[in-house]
Amino acid sequence: MSATTTAPKPGSTALPVFRPSLKVPVSLGVLALIALFFFGFMGPDQTAEMKISDAGDAVAVPALMIPGQVGGIVFGILLLAMAAYSVYLWTQGEKSPKWLPIAFAVVFVFALLVWIVAGARQPSISLAGLVAGSVTLAVPLVFGSLSGVLCERVGVVNIAIEGQLLGGAFTAALVATMTGSPYIGLIAAAAAGAAVSMVLAVFSIKYLVNQIIVGVVLNVLVSGLTGFLYGTLMVPNKEQFNTPGRLDILPIPLLSDIPIIGPILFEQSIAGYLMYIAVAVVWFGLFKTRWGLRVRAVGEHPQAADTLGINVNATRFWNVTLGGAIAGIGGAVFTLVTIDSFTKDISGGRGFIALAALIFGRWNPIGAFLASLLFGFAYNLQSILGIIGTPVPSQFMAMLPYLVTIFAVAGLVGKSRPPAASGIPYVKG
Amino acid sequence: MTNNGQSSKDQTPDVPSAEVRAADVALDTAGGAMGPSIVPVSSQSGDPGHQEGNVLRRIVMGNGFVSVLAVIVALFLGGLLIASTDSQVAKTAGYFLARPGDFLQALWAAMTESYVALFQGAVFNAREGFKPLLETMTVATPLICAGLGVALAFRAGLFNIGAQGQIIISATLAAYVGFAWHLPFGLHLLVVIIMGVLGGAAWGAIVGILKARTGAHEVIVTIMLNYVALFLLDFLLNTAAFRRPGDNSPISPRLDETATYPVLIPGSRLHLGFLVAVALTFGVWWMLNRSTIGFEFRAVGANPVAARTAGVKVSRATILVMAFAGALAAFGGVAQVAGTEKVLTGGVAAQIGFDSITVALLGRSTPWGTFFAGLLFGAFRAGAVQMQIQTGTPIDIVLVVQSLIVLFIAAPPLIRSIFRLEPKKKNKTPKAAPKAALANASGGAK
Repeated sequence: MSATTTAPKPGSTALPVFRPSLKVPVSLGVLALIALFFFGFMGPDQTAEMKISDAGDAVAVPALMIPGQVGGIVFGILLLAMAAYSVYLWTQGEKSPKWLPIAFAVVFVFALLVWIVAGARQPSISLAGLVAGSVTLAVPLVFGSLSGVLCERVGVVNIAIEGQLLGGAFTAALVATMTGSPYIGLIAAAAAGAAVSMVLAVFSIKYLVNQIIVGVVLNVLVSGLTGFLYGTLMVPNKEQFNTPGRLDILPIPLLSDIPIIGPILFEQSIAGYLMYIAVAVVWFGLFKTRWGLRVRAVGEHPQAADTLGINVNATRFWNVTLGGAIAGIGGAVFTLVTIDSFTKDISGGRGFIALAALIFGRWNPIGAFLASLLFGFAYNLQSILGIIGTPVPSQFMAMLPYLVTIFAVAGLVGKSRPPAASGIPYVKG
Repeated sequence: MTNNGQSSKDQTPDVPSAEVRAADVALDTAGGAMGPSIVPVSSQSGDPGHQEGNVLRRIVMGNGFVSVLAVIVALFLGGLLIASTDSQVAKTAGYFLARPGDFLQALWAAMTESYVALFQGAVFNAREGFKPLLETMTVATPLICAGLGVALAFRAGLFNIGAQGQIIISATLAAYVGFAWHLPFGLHLLVVIIMGVLGGAAWGAIVGILKARTGAHEVIVTIMLNYVALFLLDFLLNTAAFRRPGDNSPISPRLDETATYPVLIPGSRLHLGFLVAVALTFGVWWMLNRSTIGFEFRAVGANPVAARTAGVKVSRATILVMAFAGALAAFGGVAQVAGTEKVLTGGVAAQIGFDSITVALLGRSTPWGTFFAGLLFGAFRAGAVQMQIQTGTPIDIVLVVQSLIVLFIAAPPLIRSIFRLEPKKKNKTPKAAPKAALANASGGAK
């Protein structure tokens, strides 16, 4: 490994020269060329209008006006420069810094946005609305991916996020309707998510069943159960079982009037605030507390943790259960915030996107949060594009999160490494 | 390479499992050939070391009796679920203490009524005789094909969750060739099958290539590719090339008569695709048990490190097995468009790809096990339609029963404890000895 440092020096040629992977420079270069060519040279002639503040806002900020073709060329050159920097670092035997792909992604997404908006029938878009909508759509994803983080950090693969979300959504609708209080529904959703998780935990920890199989099967089971109960209970008696009402939006005075940031941070339902709290608490807990150290030890090296007196399987059991409870709250967002009733398979594959966000965010709560926001943005863009009318078929926009995930797991955004013992049952002995 | 492969035939099965445990990290990367995956290869595949019976091994080697019990328990729990929402049961439960007989009668009636309707829709009823059985076989055809694909990948230690996408892509290609090209009888069907299978194989191979070259985990990639395929189909069905002339609904023209599988028994939907599925089952059996490549697949699934040491090219096997799995699922897609449906719609793959995972698990990843599991789940699917019409029980109950079956089969100790079967008696197989040795060895190591 000493070759890493000695590589650039002359005279060390006898040693095998260590070079970091070419994946990042090459993929950035290809994407930059695509951006320059399609967004720039083939770019639309119209000028894209990006409104920052709405008409009714207290503070008026002028809209950004970006000419499509010129903007595309400028962004393309900027992206090329970043790719070139990455190649330069590679020739020096250095890895690209972490911020480079992130900055690249931000510029690329913005270039894409300008290209799409400038090519639309109606080349105007509200940035504030776009961002706020993205956050709203990202809320269940954030909860789901936090559940995944908690489970995988302790060494249990959680494919059942989809089932936990769906179970939470169903239970929230049912209990909120029966008790008349969305808040009790929210608590019940957490319990339901935890219950799904407990099945995962029991089967994978006690019966040592392969965790992926249990996860896949649990998703089917929850889909079947909720679908069955929806058909037999909720459809015939909507009033009695499926009119949960919504969680109130609780704006924080003054702060919620700040343009863009206000509505995102300070004009949420309790579930929205819980999301920010959960991200912070899970991050702090995992990386700054004794509990987190233990959890990570169990996920990385259960034998060592056991030797130090940590009860591996109990830690796993309770962590997985906690993860399920968090995902359950995320599920409640579907039926108590987004819409105010349950429909069959309402989570619609968001659990898998949450799984993708967790990998994209490299098993880190904050990374998972940012990745969820990105996917939320893609979802929101998709629906907005339907309104403003664009040359890109909406199906391709819909594909985008999934394609991005494939690129991510293929290591194009840097190597992602899961906790070492993730997926391996621990048998004491 | 071939020589090494031959010699490994003798060695691989005897590689001591303690070595496997020691080489855990190397296992994960297949000895450096692949990047680390989310789920270590050791836990995905038949690595015999880790647990008292790894699940895939258990599925392959497990006890047929447990399967039967699992089906019975799952059906019973499904019945309880049906009964729990039955109005008659609820009413009689109200005066349970006064007249418990009524309650039990209502409970029994609710539980059996749905299953009787299911049976009548799937196997036999007085009005149509055994005609429903033909429908069951028709519905089972794509399940068997896709189930074989999932099972084959399982045997090589890969979780192929992507049968859904592979079916969609193959059905799309096959359908397009079927309605857009006009070829003579015989040749047309052949071209339809070839195009569909190539499409499915390519869609599967993408996963294999990404796994082998970059270490991208196949579960994630297949799940994502399922969605990509779904949206691709949705997009294509909204283009002029795939729509019926003068019609705006997303449905393709009917496939040419020359492009479809001939119907086997007049008056039913049962088509030649079923016999193709039988042939494929035999083919996969032959491949796994009699061919060198099948041996390599199993060797990679059982122990990638040993396989690599023995000269098997693990990455090549990974790509090939995913291509084969995709091709098998593709036969299911072809059966859908060229046999059962005869048109391409957005719902052409229904839930087949997802059901096929449970089919492969229930079939213990053996070809003939998968075949019969496919028939059973085909019966559930075919019968559930009739059940919903007759008794109003939602089709979703089938999902519940199916997933419970797989859960119980994956955890034999659970079933054994329900029925109070003695767990200690089961380890009569020769495998028991090295396992016990390993348990001792690792105990000593600690």
